[in-house]
Parts: sequence; C-alpha cells; structure tokens
Amino acid sequence: MHIELQKRPVPSRLFAVLSPFIALGLTLIAGAIMFMALGKNPFDALYSFFIEPLTEVWSIHELTVKAAPLILIAVGLSVCYRSNNWNIGAEGQFIMGGILGSLVPIMLPGFQTWLTLPLMLLLGMAGGAAWGAIPAFLKTRFNTNEILTSLMLVYTAQLFLDWLARGVLRDPNGNNFPGSVRFPAAAQLPEIMPSQGSAHYGIVLALIAAVIVWFMLSFTLNGFQVRVLGANPRAGRFAGFSQTRMTYLAFLISGGLAGLAGISEVSGAIGQLRETISPGYGFTAIIVAFLGRLSPLGAIAAGFMLALTYLGGEAAQMTLGISDKVGRVFQGLLLFFVLGCDTLINYQVRLVLRKAAPAAGGQS
Amino acid sequence: MKKIVFALAATLAVTAVTSALAEDKYKACFIYVGSKTDGGWTQAHEVGREYAQEKLGDKVETVALENVPEGPDAERAIERFARSGCGIIFTTSFGFMDPTLAVAAKFPDVKFEHATGYKTAPNVTTYNSRFYEGRYIIGQIAGKMSKTGVAGYIASFPIPEVVMGINGFLTGARSVNPDFKLKVVWVNSWFDAGKEADAAKALIDQGVDIITQHTDSTGPMQVAEERGIKAFGQAFDQITSGPTAQLTAIEDTWGPYYEKQIQKAMDGTWKGGESTWDGLKDGILSMADYTNMPDDVKAMAEKTEAAIIDGSLHPFTGPINKQDGTVWLKDGEVSDDGTLLGMNFYVEGVDDKLPQ
Amino acid sequence: MDIAQNILLTIMTAATPLLIAAIGELVVERSGVLNLGVEGMMVIGAVCGFAATILTGSPWIGMLAAVAAGAVFSLLFGVLTLSLAANQVATGLSLTLLGLGLSGMIGESFVGTAGIKLASVNIPGLTEIPLIGRLVFGQDPIFYISLILTGGVAWFLFRTRAGLTLRAIGDNHASAHALGINVLKIRYLAVIFGGACAGLAGAHLSLVYTPQWVENMTAGRGWIALALVVFASWRPWRVLGGAYLFGAVSIGQLHAQALGFGIPSQFLSALPYVATIVVLVIISRDRRLTLMNTPASLGQPFVPDR
Repeated sequence: MHIELQKRPVPSRLFAVLSPFIALGLTLIAGAIMFMALGKNPFDALYSFFIEPLTEVWSIHELTVKAAPLILIAVGLSVCYRSNNWNIGAEGQFIMGGILGSLVPIMLPGFQTWLTLPLMLLLGMAGGAAWGAIPAFLKTRFNTNEILTSLMLVYTAQLFLDWLARGVLRDPNGNNFPGSVRFPAAAQLPEIMPSQGSAHYGIVLALIAAVIVWFMLSFTLNGFQVRVLGANPRAGRFAGFSQTRMTYLAFLISGGLAGLAGISEVSGAIGQLRETISPGYGFTAIIVAFLGRLSPLGAIAAGFMLALTYLGGEAAQMTLGISDKVGRVFQGLLLFFVLGCDTLINYQVRLVLRKAAPAAGGQS
Repeated sequence: MKKIVFALAATLAVTAVTSALAEDKYKACFIYVGSKTDGGWTQAHEVGREYAQEKLGDKVETVALENVPEGPDAERAIERFARSGCGIIFTTSFGFMDPTLAVAAKFPDVKFEHATGYKTAPNVTTYNSRFYEGRYIIGQIAGKMSKTGVAGYIASFPIPEVVMGINGFLTGARSVNPDFKLKVVWVNSWFDAGKEADAAKALIDQGVDIITQHTDSTGPMQVAEERGIKAFGQAFDQITSGPTAQLTAIEDTWGPYYEKQIQKAMDGTWKGGESTWDGLKDGILSMADYTNMPDDVKAMAEKTEAAIIDGSLHPFTGPINKQDGTVWLKDGEVSDDGTLLGMNFYVEGVDDKLPQ
Repeated sequence: MDIAQNILLTIMTAATPLLIAAIGELVVERSGVLNLGVEGMMVIGAVCGFAATILTGSPWIGMLAAVAAGAVFSLLFGVLTLSLAANQVATGLSLTLLGLGLSGMIGESFVGTAGIKLASVNIPGLTEIPLIGRLVFGQDPIFYISLILTGGVAWFLFRTRAGLTLRAIGDNHASAHALGINVLKIRYLAVIFGGACAGLAGAHLSLVYTPQWVENMTAGRGWIALALVVFASWRPWRVLGGAYLFGAVSIGQLHAQALGFGIPSQFLSALPYVATIVVLVIISRDRRLTLMNTPASLGQPFVPDR
C-alpha cells in the first residue's frame, strides 16, 4: 500500500478553502478517539478545546493577547522563508527587541510623554532587526549557515536577558528578586477596551503589519524580488536582483517584526522586563508561518488558530482534568492534519492498495 | 463531511449545557509553573494538593493547572480559575506574584495564596517555607562528614531564596568546622538532569567530597552514588537514586498547610494580607531519615533538628561574617526575616563571586 | 592525573548523545530532507528506552526499544513530508511538539522510578591502565556505538555505491529520479535511520547519562544536534569534532565556575553557543568548499512525475 501524488496543473482553489476544514474534521475524529481512550467524554473535551474559550468576552480578549506575538513574528518569517532565508532565531530577536525597548522606561523613568511609547516600539524593532542582522551579515560576508547562527543567537539572547534582569536592570526595590521596575502608564501599550478584558494594541500592530507586508509582497518591486529570488535564485540573479541585499532585507524585516512583538509583549502584556519574556513564541511562530502558507494574511488565521488551541488546552485541563501533555499531543495532531491536508491543494492524492499489475492480465 | 461537523457542533452545544450545572463543593485551585510529575518543586505541591484533598474529602474539590508560563499566561490562567468559581487559589511560583495581585484586584471575593512572594493585598496572603533550617542541618552533617573540608553546591538561579540556602548550608558546616569552604556552580536552570550531573562531576573533580543542590533532578545524586561520595536529596527523599550516597533529604511537605488554609477558607476564618513563613516545627518541611553516617553525626543532626523545632536555635545566629570578612551578625545576634528574604550577599567561606 | 581522565570522560559522556543524534540527522539531510524534529524523536527514545528498561529489567532491551521507538516516530514525519509532500520545516517542528507531549504522557507513571544504568565496559587488566584505561576500555556501550556509527556513516556515504546514490538524491533529486533511482524509498530509509539514531541518543540520556526519566529531559539537546550537522558542513568526522568541542566548552565553563573566577555564569553558559558560531564562521569562509558539501535539494519536497 502506498500513496501516490499527482501534481495538479494549477493549485486547486476549492481545496485551498476546504483543506483546513477537512483537517479540522479529521482532528475532531482522531481527538474524539483519543479522549475516549483516556476515559473522557469526547464531546466535552472537544467543546473545551475549540468553543469554550470563545464563549466569553474576556477570553476572546485573552485570545488576541496570545495571538498577537505569534502573528507579528510569523508575518516577518513569511517574507524570510519565501526568499529562502532560514531564520529560525526569531525567539532571540523577540528577546532583544524586548530588551532594547525596555531601556527607555528603565533608564529614563522620568521621560513620560506621548513620545515614550513610540520610541520604545521603534527601539524594539531596532533591537530585533540588529540581532537579525548578525546572521545576515555572517551569511553574506562569511558564507556562514544562517540556521545555525540564528539558533545559537537565541540561547545567547536568553542568557543575556537573564543576566540583565537579575543584574543591572533589576528593580532596586524588588527585594533582590529578578525583574525590572514596573513600567509607568506612559510606557505601557494600552488596553483596547480595559473594561471588557486585557486585549492590548499589540494585536492592532500585528494586523497592520500583516496588511503592510502583504501589500509589499504583492505589489512592490521588493516583494517581486523576494518571490523571484525565493522561487528561482538563478533567474533572480539573471534579472540583476542582489541576493545579498535580499538576505539583509529578509532578516531585517523578520527581525524587526519579532523585535516589535517582543517590546509589545513586554510593554503591553507583562508590564516589566522579566528574566523570561517568551514561552517559545519565536519557535511556535515558525509553525504559524507555514500553517498560514507563508502568506502574511494567512498568518493571521493561523495565529488565531494556534492561540485557540493553547487556551483550549487550558480549559480542557481545568474543566475535565485532561493533562497538559494530552493537550499538547492534541495540538500536534491538529498540526499534522492541517499540514497533510494542504497537500490536496497542489496534488491529487490516490491511495494505491497494491502495486499496479505490470500488464493487463487475462481479466476483462 | 460538513454534516459530521454540524452534528458534532450540535452535540457539543447540548453537552455544554449539561456540564455547566455546577456542584456545590468548595473549590480550591492550584496553578503550577512546572509539570505535576517533575519530581521536584511542582510535584511537591501536587502531593500537597492530593494530601489536602484526601484529608478534606468530599467537602472540597481541588483543581490544578500545570505548566503555566510566568507572565500573561499566568494572569489568564488565574483569572480563568477566579471566574470558574474557585473559592481559594494557590499560585505556587514566585513569578506568579504580579499576575496574582492583578487578578486579585479584580476579584475581591476570591481568596489568593501566593508562594514565596513578598507582596500582599486584602485578599492575598503569601506563604513560604524556612528551607534554610533544613540547609543548616545538612550543612552541619557535611561539616562532620567531609574529609577535604570543601563541599560543592549546584545552584539554579541567583535569587535570595537560593543565596539564603547557600548561606544556611555553609553556616551549618562552619558551626562544626570553622575552616569549611564551599564551591558553587550555577547551572542557570531549575531542571536539566544532564547539566546538573555534569556540574556535580566538575565539582567532584575539583576535590569536593560532598555535594548538595538547589535544582530539581536526581542527576547529582546519581553521580554521587557512582563516584562514591555523599549528597543530600532535594524536595523529595531521593534514597532510591543514592542508596549509599544520600545522607538525608530536605522534603517539601506543603500538604498540612494546604489542608489548614482551605479549611479556614471554608470556615470563614481565612485572613488576607498575611505573610506566613513556616518552618520545621510547623511541618511545612521535614528531614528524611538520616542514613549512611556514623551514629554520633546522626545524633548531632537529630539534636540540631530538635533545637530548631523547639526554638532554642536559630540557624542565623552570630557571630557570622560576610564573604569579605566584615561582620554581618554580632555574637548572639539573630538575623531578621527581612534580611533573609532579600539576601544578596554570601557569608564567609564561599569560593564564588555572587552575581549582582 | 586521574583528573584529566575524569574530565575527558565527562566531556565524552556529554557529547555522545549530541554526536549520535547529529550523525542520524546528517544522513537524513544528505538525502535532501530537513527534519527539525530531532528533539521530539530524542525525547520519545528517552522515555521508551526508560519504560522498556523498567518493565523488562534489561537496559539492553530498553536501548533497542528506544531505537525502535525513534524509528517508528520518525515514520510519522516520513509519511507527511515524503508521501504527502508536506512542508518539512513545519512538520519537523510539529513532530517536536508532539514528541514532548507524548513522552510526558507515556512517562507519567515512571517519574521518580530509579533507573537502571547500562553498565560500562570492564575488561580486567585493560580498564585499570592508568591515564587512559577507562577512556579507551571502560566507557558505556553507547559511546562505542557512537564511534562505530560515525565511522560507518563516513564509510557508507563516501565509499559505497549506496552512499553515492543517497548523496546524489540530496544534491539533485530530479536527475537521480531520471536515472531510475527510487528517491522516496531511499529518503524513507534515511528518515528512519535518523529517527533510530535520535532514539538511541535519547536512550543514552535516560540509561547512561542520568539513568532516570524526567519530562523534557532532552533540554534542547536535539536542537544542538541539528546545529552540529550544519556546523560540520555535513561531514561525519567533523560532527564528531563539533560534538566534542561543544562538550568541552560546556564542561569547561562548569569547571571555570567551580574554580571561582567570578565571571557571571550567564556569560560562561553562553560560551558553547558563541564558540560554535565563531568556529563555523572561520571554517565556512571558503564558499566553494561549503557549497560542495551542502545538499543542494535540502528541504525541498520531491514528487515523482508519472
């Protein structure tokens, strides 16, 4: 038994829309089986995962808080991956953005004007972009593989943040515990509707970034170059596009957006610089970028979906006592089905039960 | 396909209504930073929750959320608990401090208990365990048992709690061997069995013959067993990992405290704004069996333990010097709790520079 | 002088799981497939190896179970990326997510259980030789397997016809297919081999390094293994060099701390990562040499025309 793929002449529009729903259906079935095997009511479990987090307003606010960093990072990574630059160090760029942006309220506590927040966001982008520029520089100048350098720079950034938050940037009145002072109101990304829930403007930044990058990719020369160099580097070089320039562009955009996500998280959701500021957003966002089919607009949908499974896992843990590990397995299943079903867009899939007979035998 | 989805959705809606029928048990909720089965810090709290559940029986329902990252995720998890009818919520990691206070401000009728923090509110009480009492005892044992006069300390992160532990250990060791020295290795993780084991090996190779740890895995204990030196268990009795290596272990026993506080919350006698710091006498920590040591050392350890419990001995009683030789506590002077909780200096004899 | 031997032993023990997982991934990548799920396969190997050891009482059976578990788990990746041509990067990352969750589920009842160590080799007369006895004749069995694997893979890739075929697929799957090579079949075999190696690396953690099961006990080692493959520019003996270098710097920084130099531990902890970058920059400056070793079709799905 094996699977045969037949490339479609053009990608199927039908399946482009349908495949996520097929994947969802398959996940529901597989999940129901798994929950039954664990002795849980499958309907209750699936309800907690997909619907319960959406039944209350405050919970929807929380969904945007969780989705915002994922979308912001994934939008940048889409550009990067489309141009064949393998930045897997967004986590580090996120952290450096958070650090650099935080310097404003920590070092200049008196500087509280309408300029404070924009300056922080800009510095955050600069921090992420600078950290992203290192692998770009090493790749273009010394030909060093960016997968390795960007990944190693994640660990370096994590340790650097740890050192800062426990040392020089520590709150002097914090009982010698790690973490900076809490930011003043002028340095906090405000909540959109404080009476309703805790959604902050990070999600707005994410949506704006997605639209801008989508516009750039679709309608500008830079975007055209990204797509050409990514799809066919030889053709790109032939057309006179610079690979070096493109590598920098890709890393600066993805690093900058990851940095923006970092400072938005610190100033919007956390309110201080802590020794850890990310539960792995930079890595999860890689999955989001691919689930969104490397389209900035797709990243929005994918980001919300992944955020939902995090909240859902929590709800299932609480109401049904389904352990966190089961939640993660379920999340993995969903991802596998989504990735597998996307095959239907570009290929016709046939399940071949036996090897085809070499020649027409006596039958018929 | 679509039909199946619709059918599922319809059934889901029905079950949602039925499961929404609330029960009238008192609900006590726990937020964990790690996994319930991490073999260390979080598991100790989980064991405590199970203990309280068993003692209080049908009157209460206890629920726990594990692997909750510190930061916005914690705030959301705590709020979800507060909204789901929890009467009392225990948040069991220092990093949950600000999220706990933020949610507590929104839900004045819910009671909150935050472990190891220093901020309280009218409906937030903090609780902690005087681990240093246990560290002092194991330090004394190390001082007697070590032939080289140097012990190794595998430390996680430089926070006051860990620094206090290091100082408690060394103060105990110096009370029986005034020249005792301590080497410290920071592994920058609460939990990396391999790295902890590597740190233990590095320390042993540099001449220490007793190791202790403020990290969660049994990696160092296994190394001690293999290399034939002595070690102390952390959070749990680790005798199965080091049958000939473990001298004793400091066990975290949160259960009685949880039982007591949940009971108070149900009776209406619970009070907010308190800072509880219990010790050996309250049973919030306890010592495992004293093993693999001569009888006189065992007798000394038991005597010290009894003295701490009856209050006649406070581990941090002068004369104690700081690392640079200046006086911290004069003869007979006892440290106040505030200094201990914010500790950021070493006592004399530590062979390391405290990260600042 | 026994200290030197002890330190070297510590370094080799720390490097062995990295080496094994990286060698497996090297074969996968040489065939043109990028599997970022090493961490997930490794942790599955660790838990299954531990569970089988406890259930049967034999760490040898545990080791075999780990290898089998890693291989089976990698098949999930194979079906998606090879048969269904799904994106390799995303599938690999999802595999890691799934592996970490699944291993936690499997291992729940084994937490706190005392492990059984895979006994080190002991040859009377040889193991006791001063200075080198235990280094050469007294290590754990998986250490020797790691050396055999490295040599074997080097020999296979560069000295055998099958190895040449595998590299040809990694460099240009379209022309390999045109030559009548069954690209998918060989890639499946490579992926399974990678999974088996990652499983073995996991077994080293839970049966030799620290014989116990704790959640997430791989603690990022799968990622380091991935980086080492790139570091070694896809050459087996360089993987060995890279793994030992990484191990040496990691252990060295612990010794530096124990000596009390007073350098912040975060900077010392960052040393292995920085060192890896610096060394790679130095050795990858020759563009021609690097390109020669990089599998050109790495990460691109292949679907045979019909």
